[in-house]
Amino acid sequence: METILAATVAVFFAVSIYLMLSKHIIRILLGVSIFSNAVNLTIFTAGRVVREVPPIIPEGLDIPDRVTANPLPQALILTAIVISFSIFAFLLVLAFRAYQELGTDDTDGMRVAEPEGEDLPPLGY
Amino acid sequence: MHTLIFRTIAPYLASLMVLFSIFVLLRGHNEPGGGFIGGLIAASAFAIYGIACGVAPVRRALYFHPMAISGFGLLVSALSGAVSLFMDMPFLTGQWTEIDVLGLPVDISTVLAFDVGVYFVVVGSITSIALALEEREHA
Amino acid sequence: MAIEPGQAVDLSGAMVLAPATPADWLVVGPVAIPIVTGAILLMVRHETRLHAGLAVAGLLAALLCNIGLLARVLDQGPLVMTMGRWLPPFGISFAADALGASLALVATLVAVVCALFATADIGAVGRRYGFYPFMMLMMAGVSGSFLTGDIFNLYVWFEVFLISSFGLLVLGSQHKQLDGATKYAILNLVGTTLFLTATALLYGTFGTLNMADIARKADGLRENAPLTTLAVLYLLAFGMKAAAFPVNFWLPASYHTPRIVTAALFGGVLTKVGVYALLRTLVMLFPPELELLSGLIAWVAAATMVIGIMGALAQTDLRRVLGFVVISGVGVMLAGLALGTSEGLTGTIFYAFHSMIVMTALYLLAGVMNGLGGSYSLSKLSGLYTSNPLVAAFALLLMLAVAGLPPASGLWPKVMLVRASLDSGQPWLAFAILATGFLTTLALGRVFILAVWRPRVAADPEAPASPYLGYVALAALSLPVVVMGLYPDPVISVAERAANAILDAPAYIGTVFPEEAAQ
Repeated sequence: METILAATVAVFFAVSIYLMLSKHIIRILLGVSIFSNAVNLTIFTAGRVVREVPPIIPEGLDIPDRVTANPLPQALILTAIVISFSIFAFLLVLAFRAYQELGTDDTDGMRVAEPEGEDLPPLGY
Repeated sequence: MHTLIFRTIAPYLASLMVLFSIFVLLRGHNEPGGGFIGGLIAASAFAIYGIACGVAPVRRALYFHPMAISGFGLLVSALSGAVSLFMDMPFLTGQWTEIDVLGLPVDISTVLAFDVGVYFVVVGSITSIALALEEREHA
Repeated sequence: MAIEPGQAVDLSGAMVLAPATPADWLVVGPVAIPIVTGAILLMVRHETRLHAGLAVAGLLAALLCNIGLLARVLDQGPLVMTMGRWLPPFGISFAADALGASLALVATLVAVVCALFATADIGAVGRRYGFYPFMMLMMAGVSGSFLTGDIFNLYVWFEVFLISSFGLLVLGSQHKQLDGATKYAILNLVGTTLFLTATALLYGTFGTLNMADIARKADGLRENAPLTTLAVLYLLAFGMKAAAFPVNFWLPASYHTPRIVTAALFGGVLTKVGVYALLRTLVMLFPPELELLSGLIAWVAAATMVIGIMGALAQTDLRRVLGFVVISGVGVMLAGLALGTSEGLTGTIFYAFHSMIVMTALYLLAGVMNGLGGSYSLSKLSGLYTSNPLVAAFALLLMLAVAGLPPASGLWPKVMLVRASLDSGQPWLAFAILATGFLTTLALGRVFILAVWRPRVAADPEAPASPYLGYVALAALSLPVVVMGLYPDPVISVAERAANAILDAPAYIGTVFPEEAAQ
């Protein structure tokens, strides 16, 4: 199982890096979103994949009565998903605004903040 | 999306979803559910209402600005963690007490207050993003 | 183990049963106070008149809390509080040692001055867009990063200040802001996601996320575990946050686009969080791997400082000059990390204090110059010496400070770093630091000559902004610069304590796991 998951993670990383190398913002964003999913799968795999019962303590006991699955990776992934989801929503809005205002989603064409052919500072006065 | 059927059903659907979101929020302590998922359900209710009837009715119905709602939630969550200061316990330690509601004992806790805060943070921030996107689409 | 109703359960194996005194809460205050203030500000977003006062009051409260925290940490050693009473490593610990507490104090001091400056710089529209709430949440994220003792929690605080900084960066929605923010947002998101990747692998290796727990388990795992891979991933991820060459291109693309007070806060505080995270992970968690990587880090440091300052030499816009000066300062700090000795790290930490204050002051100075001269361009700014001699005085002092010349604070950390490089047999690194100092003098000396000394070349702006609040802010920041320059002993001793705090991992482990220290 770990082998299959590791291979999936590898494919995710490869796809995301390929997409992020693109010049177009929308492809970069898709790459970033796949990138964060690749990391979530990595956390899931790193937390050990086992067939156990959910970590719920039965009524009347104060510790679980058998070996349970590790709940921490789920908590970490949930946190990471929430964060990447909100940042991704922000990035989509930002990219959309930038596309509307600047008229391009090509990063090579986005030269408003750093215009080409700027004057050098004066050499004397 | 201005079909008659959708516009007629959307208010009922939205109010049902908000009710359901509160149910999910309250059952979250011992069963699957909780503030985050409840907040998402409520936010989607407002988004649906916005798609059907426009953004302005949603803002009127909410009365408070979505970001103010999310600020309120943040405040509730942070203060619920600070209650343990008076109990000589570290930040975010859960404090429990029992109150009587109509003769039934009900356990309430700072954990519940924290979850309610999360609910409001999620409702406020997701609704504000959704309404901003819908406004842009109609403009 | 079944419990009968009414039977007392022994919780000492799962929970911290010792009572938490109000003094222990000092470690939470610097994070909780800005969050609460930010929440209140969000609720009163229409009452823009209240914003500035509330924000300054909240930051002052956080500053007091930081002062108390640092005093206590220097007096009694690191302060630990584990959330929700769960025993570490299961609960999330906040652990303030001398490094985290002192950096959090300086960052909050800088934020107070920025909040004051913003009362005039950010109008009602900017406040309605949420300048102050974003700023408070960003400071909560920054303080949280400095004070947390849990590596996943560090990631969460990174994201908190990252999201807030997006909000600050696009405040105003000008074209160039959208352009700069797109690059800033995407590259920083990739950086933090790399950080998360490294943390996922670390969790798989160690089975724990508490930094003290990681530090005490690292030695036993070193033979079989890929710790060098982890160290390299952290170096890359935090190098991106700190804007180290060659992963620094998001900084000059974006730092000149927002409001000047936002740029001041970013230039002062944000890159230092990256440097702090590098110190925390590499020096405290992975010292043998740091030794292995020190040659690479030394090259990165030299390249960052030299290429950074050469970028500054080629710029006409004053804010872009400063963006490159920030990068060059990061290179100087990385030099101490590459050396890894106590003296080198002391120099790095002192330089971090100095750089936070001086870079913020320089950006604010640029704002004052723009208010008086009507432009950020070096081909238009001129004649400020005759019209506003006080601006000239502040400019001279701050430029001496950033170039590392007496009587300002930049001198001592550079002296320490140069001496540490010579002591550890790397004279070329000492040469790079000195050459950077020379080039910085050239770059900022030219700014001084053109903007301040040169007779007026362009017509005066019709309505120059009142500079008096700017003078107050600059005076508040120049005072520590001069004091640290003339009387550096207390700061050096704090920086030395901070350096020894991360070099001496067992002491840190002992405060998080007191029962083990007792054995």
